[in-house]
Amino acid sequence: MLNEIAFLLCAALTLAGAVAAMTLRNLAHCALCAAGAFAGLAAIYLQLDAEFAGFAQLLVYVGAIAILILFTVLLTRGAEIQPGGPAASTSRGMGLGVGALVTACLIGAIMASPGLRGHAPQTVHAPVKRIGEQLMNQYVMPLEAIGLLLTAALLGAVIIALREPPKEPPAP
Amino acid sequence: MRGLDQIFVWIGREVAGWAPAPAQPLVSAILIIAGIMAVFGTCFALTTIAERKILGRMQNRFGPNRVGPCGLFQPLADAVKMLTKEDIVPFSADKTLHFLAPLVMTTPIWLAFAVLPFGRNMSALDLDSGILFFFAIGSASELAVFMAGWSSQNKYSLVGAMRAIAQMISYEVPLVLSTVPVLMLAGSLSLNEIVAAQGTHTLGGLARWNVFTPWGLAGLLLFLIAATAESNRSPFDLPEGESEIIAGYLTEYSGFKYALFFLGEYLGLFAITGLAVTLFLGGWRAPFQWLEWVPSWLWFGGKFGVLIFLFIWVRATLPRLRLDQLLNFSWRFLAPLTLINLAVAAAWHWTGAWESAAAAPVRWVLCAALIALPAHWLGRALRGAVPPPRKYHYAE
Repeated sequence: MLNEIAFLLCAALTLAGAVAAMTLRNLAHCALCAAGAFAGLAAIYLQLDAEFAGFAQLLVYVGAIAILILFTVLLTRGAEIQPGGPAASTSRGMGLGVGALVTACLIGAIMASPGLRGHAPQTVHAPVKRIGEQLMNQYVMPLEAIGLLLTAALLGAVIIALREPPKEPPAP
Repeated sequence: MRGLDQIFVWIGREVAGWAPAPAQPLVSAILIIAGIMAVFGTCFALTTIAERKILGRMQNRFGPNRVGPCGLFQPLADAVKMLTKEDIVPFSADKTLHFLAPLVMTTPIWLAFAVLPFGRNMSALDLDSGILFFFAIGSASELAVFMAGWSSQNKYSLVGAMRAIAQMISYEVPLVLSTVPVLMLAGSLSLNEIVAAQGTHTLGGLARWNVFTPWGLAGLLLFLIAATAESNRSPFDLPEGESEIIAGYLTEYSGFKYALFFLGEYLGLFAITGLAVTLFLGGWRAPFQWLEWVPSWLWFGGKFGVLIFLFIWVRATLPRLRLDQLLNFSWRFLAPLTLINLAVAAAWHWTGAWESAAAAPVRWVLCAALIALPAHWLGRALRGAVPPPRKYHYAE
Protein backbone atom coordinates (compact mmCIF):
# COMPACT_ATOMS: atom_id res chain seq x y z
CA MET A 1 0.00 0.00 0.00
CA LEU A 2 2.71 2.45 1.07
CA ASN A 3 4.69 1.31 -1.93
CA GLU A 4 1.86 2.21 -4.30
CA ILE A 5 1.45 5.66 -2.73
CA ALA A 6 5.17 6.31 -3.02
CA PHE A 7 5.15 5.20 -6.65
CA LEU A 8 2.17 7.42 -7.43
CA LEU A 9 3.88 10.42 -5.81
CA CYS A 10 7.11 9.85 -7.74
CA ALA A 11 5.24 9.29 -10.98
CA ALA A 12 3.16 12.43 -10.42
CA LEU A 13 6.31 14.46 -9.79
CA THR A 14 7.96 13.12 -12.94
CA LEU A 15 4.93 13.64 -15.16
CA ALA A 16 4.09 17.06 -13.76
CA GLY A 17 7.69 18.16 -14.21
CA ALA A 18 7.79 16.88 -17.77
CA VAL A 19 4.47 18.48 -18.73
CA ALA A 20 5.47 21.77 -17.15
CA ALA A 21 8.82 21.67 -18.94
CA MET A 22 6.97 21.40 -22.27
CA THR A 23 4.23 23.95 -21.67
CA LEU A 24 5.68 26.77 -19.59
CA ARG A 25 6.55 29.98 -21.42
CA ASN A 26 9.70 30.90 -19.53
CA LEU A 27 12.69 28.83 -20.62
CA ALA A 28 14.44 29.01 -17.25
CA HIS A 29 11.26 27.71 -15.59
CA CYS A 30 11.14 24.93 -18.19
CA ALA A 31 14.70 23.90 -17.41
CA LEU A 32 14.04 23.86 -13.66
CA CYS A 33 10.88 21.78 -14.18
CA ALA A 34 12.89 19.37 -16.30
CA ALA A 35 15.30 19.07 -13.36
CA GLY A 36 12.28 18.26 -11.18
CA ALA A 37 11.26 15.53 -13.64
CA PHE A 38 14.80 14.10 -13.55
CA ALA A 39 14.63 14.02 -9.76
CA GLY A 40 11.27 12.26 -9.90
CA LEU A 41 12.75 9.62 -12.18
CA ALA A 42 15.61 9.13 -9.71
CA ALA A 43 13.03 8.65 -6.97
CA ILE A 44 11.34 5.94 -9.05
CA TYR A 45 14.70 4.16 -9.49
CA LEU A 46 15.25 4.32 -5.74
CA GLN A 47 11.79 2.97 -5.12
CA LEU A 48 12.66 0.02 -7.36
CA ASP A 49 15.73 -0.66 -5.16
CA ALA A 50 18.10 0.44 -7.89
CA GLU A 51 20.23 2.51 -5.54
CA PHE A 52 23.16 3.04 -7.84
CA ALA A 53 21.06 4.02 -10.85
CA GLY A 54 19.02 6.41 -8.73
CA PHE A 55 21.98 8.27 -7.26
CA ALA A 56 23.79 8.31 -10.59
CA GLN A 57 20.65 9.77 -12.16
CA LEU A 58 20.59 12.54 -9.52
CA LEU A 59 24.30 13.22 -9.85
CA VAL A 60 24.42 13.28 -13.63
CA TYR A 61 21.03 14.67 -14.62
CA VAL A 62 20.16 17.07 -11.81
CA GLY A 63 23.75 17.97 -10.99
CA ALA A 64 25.20 18.29 -14.47
CA ILE A 65 22.71 18.15 -17.32
CA ALA A 66 20.15 20.49 -15.77
CA ILE A 67 22.91 23.00 -15.11
CA LEU A 68 24.15 22.59 -18.67
CA ILE A 69 20.64 23.29 -19.98
CA LEU A 70 20.35 26.36 -17.76
CA PHE A 71 23.69 27.69 -18.97
CA THR A 72 22.69 27.08 -22.57
CA VAL A 73 19.40 28.92 -22.07
CA LEU A 74 21.13 31.89 -20.50
CA LEU A 75 24.01 32.09 -22.94
CA THR A 76 22.13 31.67 -26.20
CA ARG A 77 19.16 34.02 -25.92
CA GLY A 78 16.82 35.70 -23.51
CA ALA A 79 14.85 33.32 -21.36
CA GLU A 80 11.55 34.91 -22.30
CA ILE A 81 9.58 33.60 -25.26
CA GLN A 82 7.35 36.17 -26.91
CA PRO A 83 3.86 35.80 -25.49
CA GLY A 84 1.14 34.86 -27.95
CA GLY A 85 2.76 32.66 -30.58
CA PRO A 86 2.89 28.91 -29.97
CA ALA A 87 6.10 27.69 -28.39
CA ALA A 88 8.50 26.13 -30.93
CA SER A 89 5.88 25.62 -33.61
CA THR A 90 8.35 24.83 -36.40
CA SER A 91 9.55 21.56 -34.91
CA ARG A 92 6.17 20.39 -33.69
CA GLY A 93 5.65 17.72 -36.37
CA MET A 94 9.14 16.32 -35.92
CA GLY A 95 8.69 16.26 -32.14
CA LEU A 96 5.42 14.39 -32.46
CA GLY A 97 7.06 11.82 -34.74
CA VAL A 98 10.00 11.21 -32.38
CA GLY A 99 7.65 11.04 -29.42
CA ALA A 100 5.44 8.47 -31.13
CA LEU A 101 8.49 6.37 -32.03
CA VAL A 102 9.81 6.39 -28.45
CA THR A 103 6.36 5.56 -27.07
CA ALA A 104 6.05 2.64 -29.50
CA CYS A 105 9.45 1.30 -28.42
CA LEU A 106 8.52 1.58 -24.75
CA ILE A 107 5.14 -0.08 -25.22
CA GLY A 108 6.84 -2.90 -27.12
CA ALA A 109 9.37 -3.39 -24.35
CA ILE A 110 6.72 -3.35 -21.63
CA MET A 111 4.49 -5.83 -23.50
CA ALA A 112 7.48 -8.15 -23.93
CA SER A 113 8.36 -8.13 -20.22
CA PRO A 114 7.76 -11.40 -18.35
CA GLY A 115 5.99 -9.53 -15.54
CA LEU A 116 2.88 -9.19 -17.71
CA ARG A 117 2.69 -12.90 -18.45
CA GLY A 118 2.04 -13.92 -14.89
CA HIS A 119 5.64 -14.59 -13.83
CA ALA A 120 6.50 -13.25 -10.41
CA PRO A 121 8.82 -10.27 -10.77
CA GLN A 122 12.40 -11.17 -9.98
CA THR A 123 13.97 -9.21 -7.15
CA VAL A 124 17.62 -8.68 -7.93
CA HIS A 125 19.84 -7.21 -5.28
CA ALA A 126 22.66 -5.48 -7.11
CA PRO A 127 25.30 -4.06 -4.77
CA VAL A 128 27.66 -1.50 -6.26
CA LYS A 129 30.48 -4.00 -6.03
CA ARG A 130 28.74 -6.39 -8.42
CA ILE A 131 27.88 -3.60 -10.83
CA GLY A 132 31.53 -2.61 -10.86
CA GLU A 133 32.70 -6.18 -11.44
CA GLN A 134 30.28 -6.63 -14.31
CA LEU A 135 31.40 -3.35 -15.87
CA MET A 136 35.04 -4.33 -15.58
CA ASN A 137 34.67 -7.90 -16.83
CA GLN A 138 31.69 -8.66 -19.02
CA TYR A 139 30.88 -5.18 -20.25
CA VAL A 140 34.37 -3.76 -20.43
CA MET A 141 34.29 -3.34 -24.22
CA PRO A 142 31.06 -1.28 -24.33
CA LEU A 143 32.39 0.76 -21.41
CA GLU A 144 35.63 1.48 -23.25
CA ALA A 145 33.73 2.30 -26.41
CA ILE A 146 31.55 4.80 -24.56
CA GLY A 147 34.62 6.28 -22.92
CA LEU A 148 36.29 6.70 -26.31
CA LEU A 149 33.18 8.29 -27.77
CA LEU A 150 32.88 10.74 -24.89
CA THR A 151 36.56 11.66 -25.11
CA ALA A 152 36.17 12.29 -28.84
CA ALA A 153 33.12 14.45 -28.15
CA LEU A 154 35.03 16.37 -25.49
CA LEU A 155 37.95 17.02 -27.82
CA GLY A 156 35.55 18.08 -30.54
CA ALA A 157 33.88 20.54 -28.18
CA VAL A 158 37.26 21.95 -27.19
CA ILE A 159 38.26 22.37 -30.84
CA ILE A 160 34.99 24.16 -31.61
CA ALA A 161 35.44 26.40 -28.60
CA LEU A 162 39.12 27.15 -29.31
CA ARG A 163 39.89 30.80 -29.79
CA GLU A 164 40.50 31.42 -33.46
CA PRO A 165 43.92 32.84 -34.34
CA PRO A 166 43.64 36.61 -34.67
CA LYS A 167 43.17 37.62 -38.27
CA GLU A 168 44.97 40.56 -39.81
CA PRO A 169 42.93 43.63 -38.96
CA PRO A 170 41.41 45.13 -42.10
CA ALA A 171 43.13 48.25 -43.31
CA PRO A 172 41.31 51.29 -41.97
CA MET B 1 33.53 3.30 29.15
CA ARG B 2 31.73 0.94 26.81
CA GLY B 3 28.47 2.42 28.12
CA LEU B 4 29.47 6.01 27.44
CA ASP B 5 30.53 5.06 23.93
CA GLN B 6 27.10 3.68 23.09
CA ILE B 7 25.05 6.06 25.24
CA PHE B 8 23.23 7.71 22.34
CA VAL B 9 22.45 4.39 20.71
CA TRP B 10 21.16 3.14 24.06
CA ILE B 11 19.02 6.24 24.71
CA GLY B 12 17.52 6.01 21.24
CA ARG B 13 16.69 2.33 21.68
CA GLU B 14 15.14 2.87 25.12
CA VAL B 15 12.97 5.80 24.05
CA ALA B 16 11.82 3.98 20.92
CA GLY B 17 11.08 0.96 23.11
CA TRP B 18 8.29 2.84 24.86
CA ALA B 19 6.39 3.34 21.63
CA PRO B 20 3.92 0.65 20.45
CA ALA B 21 5.63 -1.98 18.30
CA PRO B 22 4.32 -0.97 14.84
CA ALA B 23 5.37 2.65 15.38
CA GLN B 24 8.87 1.81 16.58
CA PRO B 25 10.77 2.18 13.28
CA LEU B 26 9.10 5.55 12.70
CA VAL B 27 9.84 6.75 16.24
CA SER B 28 13.48 5.74 16.08
CA ALA B 29 13.84 7.42 12.68
CA ILE B 30 12.32 10.61 14.05
CA LEU B 31 14.65 10.44 17.06
CA ILE B 32 17.70 10.13 14.82
CA ILE B 33 16.55 13.02 12.64
CA ALA B 34 15.85 15.18 15.69
CA GLY B 35 19.25 14.33 17.11
CA ILE B 36 21.12 15.22 13.93
CA MET B 37 19.17 18.45 13.51
CA ALA B 38 19.71 19.47 17.13
CA VAL B 39 23.43 18.71 17.12
CA PHE B 40 24.24 20.38 13.82
CA GLY B 41 21.86 23.27 14.44
CA THR B 42 23.72 23.99 17.66
CA CYS B 43 26.96 23.46 15.80
CA PHE B 44 25.89 26.15 13.34
CA ALA B 45 25.21 28.65 16.13
CA LEU B 46 28.49 27.84 17.87
CA THR B 47 30.49 28.00 14.65
CA THR B 48 29.20 31.46 13.77
CA ILE B 49 30.28 32.85 17.13
CA ALA B 50 33.54 30.88 17.13
CA GLU B 51 34.34 32.07 13.64
CA ARG B 52 33.75 35.71 14.53
CA LYS B 53 35.76 35.39 17.72
CA ILE B 54 38.68 33.60 16.09
CA LEU B 55 38.73 35.90 13.07
CA GLY B 56 38.73 38.81 15.48
CA ARG B 57 41.67 37.45 17.44
CA MET B 58 43.62 36.67 14.30
CA GLN B 59 43.02 40.21 13.06
CA ASN B 60 44.07 41.67 16.41
CA ARG B 61 40.64 42.75 17.65
CA PHE B 62 38.15 41.33 20.12
CA GLY B 63 35.25 40.13 18.04
CA PRO B 64 31.72 40.14 19.49
CA ASN B 65 31.87 40.50 23.30
CA ARG B 66 28.77 42.47 24.32
CA VAL B 67 25.91 39.93 24.47
CA GLY B 68 26.14 37.59 27.43
CA PRO B 69 29.39 36.35 28.98
CA CYS B 70 32.25 36.89 26.49
CA GLY B 71 29.66 37.53 23.77
CA LEU B 72 28.51 33.91 23.87
CA PHE B 73 24.83 34.77 23.31
CA GLN B 74 25.60 36.59 20.07
CA PRO B 75 24.04 33.79 17.92
CA LEU B 76 20.73 34.25 19.79
CA ALA B 77 20.81 37.98 19.16
CA ASP B 78 21.61 37.28 15.49
CA ALA B 79 18.72 34.84 15.26
CA VAL B 80 16.26 37.36 16.72
CA LYS B 81 17.54 40.02 14.35
CA MET B 82 17.25 37.74 11.32
CA LEU B 83 13.74 36.56 12.20
CA THR B 84 12.34 40.00 12.86
CA LYS B 85 13.83 41.70 9.82
CA GLU B 86 11.48 42.69 7.03
CA ASP B 87 11.41 40.16 4.21
CA ILE B 88 11.93 42.19 1.06
CA VAL B 89 11.13 40.71 -2.34
CA PRO B 90 12.13 42.88 -5.31
CA PHE B 91 9.22 44.12 -7.40
CA SER B 92 10.43 42.52 -10.64
CA ALA B 93 11.63 39.31 -9.02
CA ASP B 94 10.35 35.91 -10.04
CA LYS B 95 8.35 35.45 -6.83
CA THR B 96 8.05 31.65 -6.84
CA LEU B 97 11.70 30.94 -7.54
CA HIS B 98 12.81 33.67 -5.18
CA PHE B 99 10.83 31.94 -2.46
CA LEU B 100 11.94 28.40 -3.36
CA ALA B 101 15.68 29.01 -3.69
CA PRO B 102 16.54 29.12 0.05
CA LEU B 103 14.50 25.97 0.60
CA VAL B 104 16.21 24.08 -2.21
CA MET B 105 19.53 25.25 -0.77
CA THR B 106 18.94 24.13 2.81
CA THR B 107 16.63 21.12 2.70
CA PRO B 108 18.73 18.56 0.76
CA ILE B 109 21.89 19.34 2.73
CA TRP B 110 20.31 17.81 5.83
CA LEU B 111 20.02 14.51 3.96
CA ALA B 112 23.78 14.37 3.51
CA PHE B 113 24.22 13.87 7.26
CA ALA B 114 22.24 10.65 7.02
CA VAL B 115 25.15 8.60 5.67
CA LEU B 116 27.94 9.97 7.89
CA PRO B 117 29.04 7.60 10.67
CA PHE B 118 29.33 9.82 13.75
CA GLY B 119 30.44 7.03 16.07
CA ARG B 120 30.41 3.30 16.60
CA ASN B 121 26.98 2.09 15.41
CA MET B 122 26.00 5.72 14.95
CA SER B 123 25.17 6.19 11.30
CA ALA B 124 21.58 6.92 10.44
CA LEU B 125 21.61 5.11 7.12
CA ASP B 126 24.14 2.52 6.01
CA LEU B 127 23.86 2.83 2.25
CA ASP B 128 25.78 0.55 -0.05
CA SER B 129 26.66 3.55 -2.19
CA GLY B 130 26.82 6.13 0.60
CA ILE B 131 29.38 8.44 -0.92
CA LEU B 132 27.52 8.55 -4.22
CA PHE B 133 24.41 9.57 -2.25
CA PHE B 134 26.43 12.31 -0.57
CA PHE B 135 27.58 13.85 -3.85
CA ALA B 136 24.19 13.38 -5.51
CA ILE B 137 22.56 15.36 -2.69
CA GLY B 138 25.14 18.10 -3.04
CA SER B 139 24.17 18.74 -6.65
CA ALA B 140 20.95 20.45 -5.56
CA SER B 141 22.82 23.44 -4.17
CA GLU B 142 23.99 24.46 -7.66
CA LEU B 143 20.38 24.63 -8.80
CA ALA B 144 19.48 26.63 -5.69
CA VAL B 145 22.23 29.15 -6.38
CA PHE B 146 21.04 29.53 -9.95
CA MET B 147 17.44 29.98 -8.81
CA ALA B 148 18.47 32.63 -6.31
CA GLY B 149 20.63 34.55 -8.73
CA TRP B 150 18.32 34.40 -11.69
CA SER B 151 15.04 35.07 -9.89
CA SER B 152 16.36 38.22 -8.21
CA GLN B 153 16.44 40.07 -11.57
CA ASN B 154 19.58 41.84 -10.48
CA LYS B 155 22.84 41.97 -12.41
CA TYR B 156 24.99 41.48 -9.33
CA SER B 157 22.92 38.45 -8.34
CA LEU B 158 23.21 36.90 -11.78
CA VAL B 159 26.95 37.52 -12.00
CA GLY B 160 27.36 36.06 -8.53
CA ALA B 161 25.31 33.00 -9.40
CA MET B 162 27.25 32.43 -12.62
CA ARG B 163 30.54 32.70 -10.76
CA ALA B 164 29.27 30.34 -8.08
CA ILE B 165 28.13 27.70 -10.56
CA ALA B 166 31.34 27.90 -12.60
CA GLN B 167 33.31 27.49 -9.40
CA MET B 168 31.19 24.63 -8.06
CA ILE B 169 31.39 22.69 -11.32
CA SER B 170 35.13 23.23 -11.65
CA TYR B 171 35.90 22.17 -8.12
CA GLU B 172 33.51 19.24 -8.06
CA VAL B 173 35.91 17.41 -10.37
CA PRO B 174 38.93 17.47 -8.01
CA LEU B 175 36.62 16.99 -5.02
CA VAL B 176 35.20 13.74 -6.35
CA LEU B 177 38.48 12.55 -7.87
CA SER B 178 40.38 13.07 -4.62
CA THR B 179 38.03 10.63 -2.88
CA VAL B 180 38.53 7.92 -5.51
CA PRO B 181 41.83 6.50 -4.09
CA VAL B 182 40.11 5.98 -0.74
CA LEU B 183 37.22 4.12 -2.39
CA MET B 184 39.64 2.11 -4.49
CA LEU B 185 41.73 0.88 -1.57
CA ALA B 186 38.77 0.35 0.75
CA GLY B 187 36.95 -1.49 -2.04
CA SER B 188 33.59 0.00 -1.11
CA LEU B 189 31.40 3.06 -1.51
CA SER B 190 29.86 2.59 1.91
CA LEU B 191 31.17 5.10 4.45
CA ASN B 192 30.89 2.58 7.28
CA GLU B 193 33.12 0.16 5.44
CA ILE B 194 35.62 2.90 4.65
CA VAL B 195 35.89 3.59 8.39
CA ALA B 196 36.22 -0.13 9.04
CA ALA B 197 39.03 -0.35 6.48
CA GLN B 198 40.98 2.22 8.53
CA GLY B 199 40.37 0.36 11.75
CA THR B 200 43.48 -1.79 12.06
CA HIS B 201 46.71 -0.81 13.79
CA THR B 202 50.39 -1.03 12.98
CA LEU B 203 52.85 -2.64 15.37
CA GLY B 204 53.43 0.61 17.27
CA GLY B 205 49.70 0.89 17.95
CA LEU B 206 49.25 3.72 15.45
CA ALA B 207 45.99 3.49 13.53
CA ARG B 208 46.07 2.90 9.76
CA TRP B 209 44.24 6.08 8.83
CA ASN B 210 44.47 7.05 5.20
CA VAL B 211 46.07 10.35 6.11
CA PHE B 212 49.17 8.50 7.35
CA THR B 213 50.01 7.39 3.81
CA PRO B 214 51.52 9.65 1.12
CA TRP B 215 48.46 9.43 -1.12
CA GLY B 216 46.15 9.92 1.85
CA LEU B 217 47.93 13.06 2.98
CA ALA B 218 47.93 14.49 -0.54
CA GLY B 219 44.33 13.40 -0.95
CA LEU B 220 43.25 15.12 2.27
CA LEU B 221 44.92 18.38 1.24
CA LEU B 222 43.38 18.27 -2.23
CA PHE B 223 40.01 17.37 -0.75
CA LEU B 224 40.13 20.23 1.76
CA ILE B 225 41.07 22.76 -0.92
CA ALA B 226 38.26 21.59 -3.17
CA ALA B 227 35.86 21.53 -0.20
CA THR B 228 36.71 25.14 0.65
CA ALA B 229 35.85 26.09 -2.90
CA GLU B 230 32.66 23.99 -2.95
CA SER B 231 31.36 25.70 0.16
CA ASN B 232 32.22 29.15 -1.24
CA ARG B 233 34.49 30.06 1.63
CA SER B 234 37.39 32.48 1.56
CA PRO B 235 39.79 32.46 -0.33
CA PHE B 236 37.28 31.08 -2.84
CA ASP B 237 34.46 33.48 -1.96
CA LEU B 238 34.28 35.23 -5.32
CA PRO B 239 30.59 34.42 -5.75
CA GLU B 240 29.87 36.52 -2.71
CA GLY B 241 32.70 39.04 -2.98
CA GLU B 242 31.23 41.86 -0.92
CA SER B 243 33.60 44.45 -2.30
CA GLU B 244 32.96 43.46 -5.93
CA ILE B 245 29.40 42.24 -6.38
CA ILE B 246 27.71 42.95 -3.04
CA ALA B 247 27.30 39.36 -1.85
CA GLY B 248 26.38 38.03 -5.29
CA TYR B 249 23.27 35.89 -5.40
CA LEU B 250 22.42 36.92 -1.83
CA THR B 251 22.08 40.60 -2.74
CA GLU B 252 18.28 40.60 -2.89
CA TYR B 253 17.70 38.40 0.13
CA SER B 254 17.00 39.61 3.62
CA GLY B 255 15.70 38.35 6.92
CA PHE B 256 14.89 34.71 7.31
CA LYS B 257 15.61 33.73 3.72
CA TYR B 258 19.11 35.14 4.04
CA ALA B 259 19.51 33.22 7.28
CA LEU B 260 18.45 30.04 5.48
CA PHE B 261 21.15 30.53 2.85
CA PHE B 262 23.64 31.12 5.62
CA LEU B 263 22.49 27.96 7.37
CA GLY B 264 22.70 25.99 4.13
CA GLU B 265 26.23 27.16 3.49
CA TYR B 266 27.42 26.22 6.95
CA LEU B 267 25.63 22.87 6.84
CA GLY B 268 27.32 22.15 3.53
CA LEU B 269 30.65 22.93 5.18
CA PHE B 270 29.83 20.63 8.12
CA ALA B 271 28.76 17.80 5.88
CA ILE B 272 31.87 17.98 3.74
CA THR B 273 34.08 18.26 6.83
CA GLY B 274 32.41 15.17 8.23
CA LEU B 275 33.14 13.41 4.95
CA ALA B 276 36.82 14.46 5.13
CA VAL B 277 37.02 13.06 8.67
CA THR B 278 35.41 9.82 7.54
CA LEU B 279 37.48 9.33 4.41
CA PHE B 280 40.93 10.37 5.52
CA LEU B 281 41.07 10.75 9.29
CA GLY B 282 39.69 7.36 10.27
CA GLY B 283 36.15 8.53 11.08
CA TRP B 284 35.33 7.84 14.71
CA ARG B 285 38.45 5.71 15.30
CA ALA B 286 41.08 6.61 17.88
CA PRO B 287 44.59 7.41 16.58
CA PHE B 288 46.27 4.96 18.98
CA GLN B 289 45.12 1.61 20.22
CA TRP B 290 45.53 2.63 23.88
CA LEU B 291 43.15 5.55 23.32
CA GLU B 292 40.25 3.34 22.26
CA TRP B 293 38.52 3.89 25.62
CA VAL B 294 37.57 7.45 24.70
CA PRO B 295 34.00 7.43 23.31
CA SER B 296 33.99 7.19 19.52
CA TRP B 297 31.69 10.18 18.99
CA LEU B 298 34.17 12.34 20.92
CA TRP B 299 36.87 11.39 18.42
CA PHE B 300 34.63 12.31 15.54
CA GLY B 301 33.71 15.60 17.19
CA GLY B 302 37.33 16.42 17.97
CA LYS B 303 38.57 15.83 14.44
CA PHE B 304 35.56 17.73 13.12
CA GLY B 305 36.37 20.70 15.36
CA VAL B 306 40.01 20.74 14.30
CA LEU B 307 39.08 20.81 10.62
CA ILE B 308 36.49 23.56 11.17
CA PHE B 309 39.16 25.59 12.97
CA LEU B 310 41.45 25.00 9.99
CA PHE B 311 38.80 26.42 7.65
CA ILE B 312 38.42 29.50 9.85
CA TRP B 313 42.18 29.93 10.02
CA VAL B 314 42.48 29.76 6.24
CA ARG B 315 39.72 32.32 5.93
CA ALA B 316 41.59 34.71 8.19
CA THR B 317 44.89 34.18 6.36
CA LEU B 318 44.40 34.18 2.60
CA PRO B 319 43.13 36.96 0.32
CA ARG B 320 40.50 36.31 -2.30
CA LEU B 321 41.54 34.78 -5.64
CA ARG B 322 40.89 36.32 -9.02
CA LEU B 323 38.51 34.45 -11.32
CA ASP B 324 41.21 33.34 -13.79
CA GLN B 325 43.43 32.23 -10.90
CA LEU B 326 40.51 30.28 -9.49
CA LEU B 327 39.78 28.38 -12.68
CA ASN B 328 43.45 27.83 -13.59
CA PHE B 329 44.10 26.50 -10.11
CA SER B 330 41.33 23.97 -10.46
CA TRP B 331 41.96 22.72 -13.99
CA ARG B 332 45.73 23.03 -14.23
CA PHE B 333 46.74 22.10 -10.71
CA LEU B 334 44.11 20.28 -8.65
CA ALA B 335 42.57 18.11 -11.35
CA PRO B 336 45.88 16.72 -12.76
CA LEU B 337 47.19 16.21 -9.25
CA THR B 338 44.16 14.18 -8.19
CA LEU B 339 44.66 11.95 -11.22
CA ILE B 340 48.35 11.50 -10.35
CA ASN B 341 47.31 10.74 -6.78
CA LEU B 342 45.21 7.91 -8.14
CA ALA B 343 48.31 6.35 -9.68
CA VAL B 344 50.25 6.92 -6.46
CA ALA B 345 47.57 5.10 -4.50
CA ALA B 346 47.86 2.20 -6.94
CA ALA B 347 51.65 2.20 -6.51
CA TRP B 348 51.22 2.21 -2.73
CA HIS B 349 48.86 -0.73 -2.99
CA TRP B 350 51.18 -2.83 -5.17
CA THR B 351 54.32 -2.04 -3.16
CA GLY B 352 52.49 -3.26 -0.06
CA ALA B 353 53.64 -6.78 -0.92
CA TRP B 354 57.32 -5.92 -0.49
CA GLU B 355 58.92 -8.12 2.14
CA SER B 356 62.36 -6.73 2.97
CA ALA B 357 63.17 -4.76 6.12
CA ALA B 358 63.83 -1.48 4.30
CA ALA B 359 60.56 -1.77 2.39
CA ALA B 360 58.48 0.58 4.54
CA PRO B 361 60.66 3.72 4.36
CA VAL B 362 61.57 3.14 0.71
CA ARG B 363 57.92 2.75 -0.14
CA TRP B 364 57.05 5.90 1.76
CA VAL B 365 59.75 8.01 0.11
CA LEU B 366 58.97 6.64 -3.35
CA CYS B 367 55.23 7.36 -3.14
CA ALA B 368 55.75 10.74 -1.49
CA ALA B 369 58.15 11.73 -4.28
CA LEU B 370 55.69 10.50 -6.90
CA ILE B 371 53.12 13.02 -5.68
CA ALA B 372 55.36 15.83 -4.39
CA LEU B 373 57.44 16.31 -7.56
CA PRO B 374 54.45 16.70 -9.92
CA ALA B 375 52.90 19.08 -7.39
CA HIS B 376 56.08 21.17 -7.45
CA TRP B 377 56.24 21.23 -11.26
CA LEU B 378 52.56 21.97 -11.71
CA GLY B 379 52.81 24.74 -9.14
CA ARG B 380 55.74 26.33 -10.97
CA ALA B 381 53.93 26.09 -14.29
CA LEU B 382 50.93 27.74 -12.66
CA ARG B 383 53.04 30.60 -11.38
CA GLY B 384 54.28 31.24 -14.91
CA ALA B 385 50.78 31.38 -16.34
CA VAL B 386 50.12 35.09 -16.62
CA PRO B 387 46.72 35.95 -18.09
CA PRO B 388 46.63 37.97 -21.30
CA PRO B 389 45.88 41.65 -20.82
CA ARG B 390 42.25 42.08 -19.96
CA LYS B 391 39.98 43.13 -22.77
CA TYR B 392 36.79 44.96 -21.91
CA HIS B 393 33.96 44.30 -24.28
CA TYR B 394 31.32 46.66 -22.98
CA ALA B 395 33.10 49.15 -20.77
CA GLU B 396 35.06 51.14 -23.34
